[in-house]
Amino acid sequence: MLAQKLNNLIRQNLKTYTMILALALIWLFFGYMTDWIFFSSRNMSNLFRQMTIVSFLSIGMVMVIVTGNIDLSVGSVVGLVSAITAYLQAVLLPPLLESIMPGADILARGLASTAITIVIGLLVGVIIGIWQGWVVAYLGVPAFIVTLGGMLIFRGGVLGVTQGKTIVPIEDSFRLIAQGYLPNKVGWLLGIATVIIIFLLILKNRKLRKEYGFTLPPLYTDLLRASSYSGLVILFVAVMNSYRGIPNPVLLMAVVALIFTYITNNTKLGRHAYALGGNMEATRLSGINIRRNVFTIFVLMGLLCGVSGIVLTGYVAAGTTGGGVNYELEAIAACVIGGTSLMGGEGKIFGAIVGSLIMASLLNGMSVMNMPIFWQFIIRGIVLILAVYVDVLSKKKKA
Amino acid sequence: MSDNILEFQHVTKEFPGVLALNDVSFTVRQGSIHAICGENGAGKSTLMKVLAGIYAHGTYTGKVLYKGEALQFTGDSIKQAIETGIAIVHQELALVPQITVGENIYLGREPAQNGIINWNKLYNDTRLLLEKHHLDIPFAAVTGSLSVGKQQLVEIAKVLSENAEVLILDEPTSALTESEVDTLMTILNELRKQGKTCIYISHKLEEVFRIADLVTVFRDGGVVGTRPTADITSAQIVAMMVGREMTERFPTVPRAPGETLMTVKHWSIESAEQTNQKVVDDVSFTLRKGEILGLAGLMGSGRSELALSLFGEYGRKSSGNISIEGKKVEINSARDAMENGISLVPEDRKRMGLVIEQSILKNISLPNLDRFSSFFSLNKHLEIQECEAMAQDIAVKAPTLHALVSSLSGGNQQKVVIAKWLMSNPKILILDEPTRGIDVGAKYEIYKLMNELTLQGISILMISSELPEILGMSDRIMVMHEGKLGGILDRDEATQEKVMALATGIA
Repeated sequence: MLAQKLNNLIRQNLKTYTMILALALIWLFFGYMTDWIFFSSRNMSNLFRQMTIVSFLSIGMVMVIVTGNIDLSVGSVVGLVSAITAYLQAVLLPPLLESIMPGADILARGLASTAITIVIGLLVGVIIGIWQGWVVAYLGVPAFIVTLGGMLIFRGGVLGVTQGKTIVPIEDSFRLIAQGYLPNKVGWLLGIATVIIIFLLILKNRKLRKEYGFTLPPLYTDLLRASSYSGLVILFVAVMNSYRGIPNPVLLMAVVALIFTYITNNTKLGRHAYALGGNMEATRLSGINIRRNVFTIFVLMGLLCGVSGIVLTGYVAAGTTGGGVNYELEAIAACVIGGTSLMGGEGKIFGAIVGSLIMASLLNGMSVMNMPIFWQFIIRGIVLILAVYVDVLSKKKKA
Repeated sequence: MSDNILEFQHVTKEFPGVLALNDVSFTVRQGSIHAICGENGAGKSTLMKVLAGIYAHGTYTGKVLYKGEALQFTGDSIKQAIETGIAIVHQELALVPQITVGENIYLGREPAQNGIINWNKLYNDTRLLLEKHHLDIPFAAVTGSLSVGKQQLVEIAKVLSENAEVLILDEPTSALTESEVDTLMTILNELRKQGKTCIYISHKLEEVFRIADLVTVFRDGGVVGTRPTADITSAQIVAMMVGREMTERFPTVPRAPGETLMTVKHWSIESAEQTNQKVVDDVSFTLRKGEILGLAGLMGSGRSELALSLFGEYGRKSSGNISIEGKKVEINSARDAMENGISLVPEDRKRMGLVIEQSILKNISLPNLDRFSSFFSLNKHLEIQECEAMAQDIAVKAPTLHALVSSLSGGNQQKVVIAKWLMSNPKILILDEPTRGIDVGAKYEIYKLMNELTLQGISILMISSELPEILGMSDRIMVMHEGKLGGILDRDEATQEKVMALATGIA
């Protein structure tokens, strides 16, 4: 009986487990090949920081792909947001702020500049999302074409803003977004708070289940689950703190991922997206406004491109012409490795995060191994195809 | 022995957790039409897949003898089966809609020299083939532009062109009109004269008696028995299928329809395919509270289009007006329809009714998420609770609500669609072919459910191609002919002949 239950559990979550197993194997391989330098807290910290920029994109991309669409423009949009934010920071805002708040403290001016830049950066992403969402959802042009066009349009925008040059300097406060670390104490506080919240949520869920008259799983299984999640959180904080602390962008990524996981699972927007990706006709006949749903998801994708672009600028501390190149492919690859079906209707945020981590691990590991760049491209391409092949295989077995 | 073309010996096929075929043994005479009946899931289709090589040799136990020799299809087993002379006409259409009839018939076997297709020969062969079997189908038409019935005939022509000895027809008439069924029957008779053997799977007992020599009844993966159709009645077949004597196919309850609930006046809609044509032309009718109004008509008479347009989703301009409870209403989308208390259980449940790869729970709650959400977030506990109650009310059979809809039988899938629409508390429920492709037992349950709903005061507009169903369930019967209203008959005065006369326009 128990064996059967366990068997069912494994079968249901086969995708998740294969993904995590693949990640573990990749890590062990790189660890072995690099005399375990790969596992040093410094490298782990770098790895997680590196994955963030693309992971914002893959979070949005999951939702876009779930509705049966695709967004090829995200790399260029990130590049454009990055270029515009850099331009604001380096060229436009300093003289403007000087005239508005003459004689103000340098630090205060920097903070004001950063705040304005963040708002405008996000706004640029949202406006692009509105534009692309409108053309796809309301004018009915296939997303593949709209975003392929967008890829060119916004790359053109990048070249226009940067004039082919690298834009510097970036305010210190802005760089902190991507380069800073949480102080160790704050990290521990956050870790402990997270653990407490995990336990509270699981207990609250038990209480609700009881109120609605559902059968409860034995308490120890829930406690075991909560404890293992907590263990992972504590381990993560410990590893990060033994270098310089939790990187700011990693925290940002975790928050964004949680918000979007909630959106996909617990809101009408999310449920409608999965339904329309699974069967558009049936969803329309269920009285659901399909166009508005697709439109909203493109706007959210735009917003996430904004976040990603801002983190990119902070990370490289400049706006460059090549910012965001190939990110769309990285994001799509992360989704697909994470189990998102390109046919629509299927995919998870958690999967996309693990997928991003796998892609980032490959890049990081091969760099640590000092592998030539050309090999890095080739191997990542092969891994992508392999991941989808494994998925195809598992589906064949089911049929 | 020699006149037995096929002999099944102790065929057993197991899927994980299910015994699909359990020790099946029977014989099929050469040159006969052999009907196979049974509820959905009784194992008919599985057996045919064994026979046609879709399940290769070794994936089942037991033997299938063809002309006295055991079949051993392995590797490219489907092709081997076709070469042996066993061909299957599928329940679902297996044609490429974008290419022509001729291309479909010779797909994969195009007459060619050095890889270059001889189009003249291909189309000439097609023409000869269609003429030989008296099939009225344009051989160069794009397949997708033909009616579903014609497409089914194309598929049969394709099988005939493969020189099959044994034809397996799996529910061939479920999408055919009366006259197309007649054509099919003629073709089958012709084939029987030529000495070919047909295995005819059907839910429609009328057809079985009309065409078959023998009938084998399946139940729960096993054979209940084989009888000549001359020695058996349809009630006996039904009893063998369900394992109990079915005294009535249509449950009756005393119904007293109340006052008029919905009035539709001068309703017309433009065709989506041809401009300046009307698929529904000046139709007026009323629907009373707690009534079942049957809507009959041949394929293409505008029944489904009428249903979709009343639900606001036909997608073309409509004229005329609808009033519900005396108030005029505007319905331009499914949402409008739901707000006015109209629900539609569409004709094609897989394409229009369900998200097949999602759970029962998500399918039932899809149009009703507003009930479970406050501000942004869904109350999943409430969702499970209410959906579970609804699924229990109408007896959806599944291990859990989280089971994928694709894993359910046709009857249970249909119940999920009905559940999803009942949850929105409709006043008017439009059912488009509510029992298509589901087995006798499940049909009976759906009829009972319909009766219960009318007792609760819900009005039902039921579209059906099955005359017995229309006559057995409806209080009044509305018949459409080429977009126009042919007439409305009361239950007492309606007969199959009268309805058909109105539907064909000869009355």
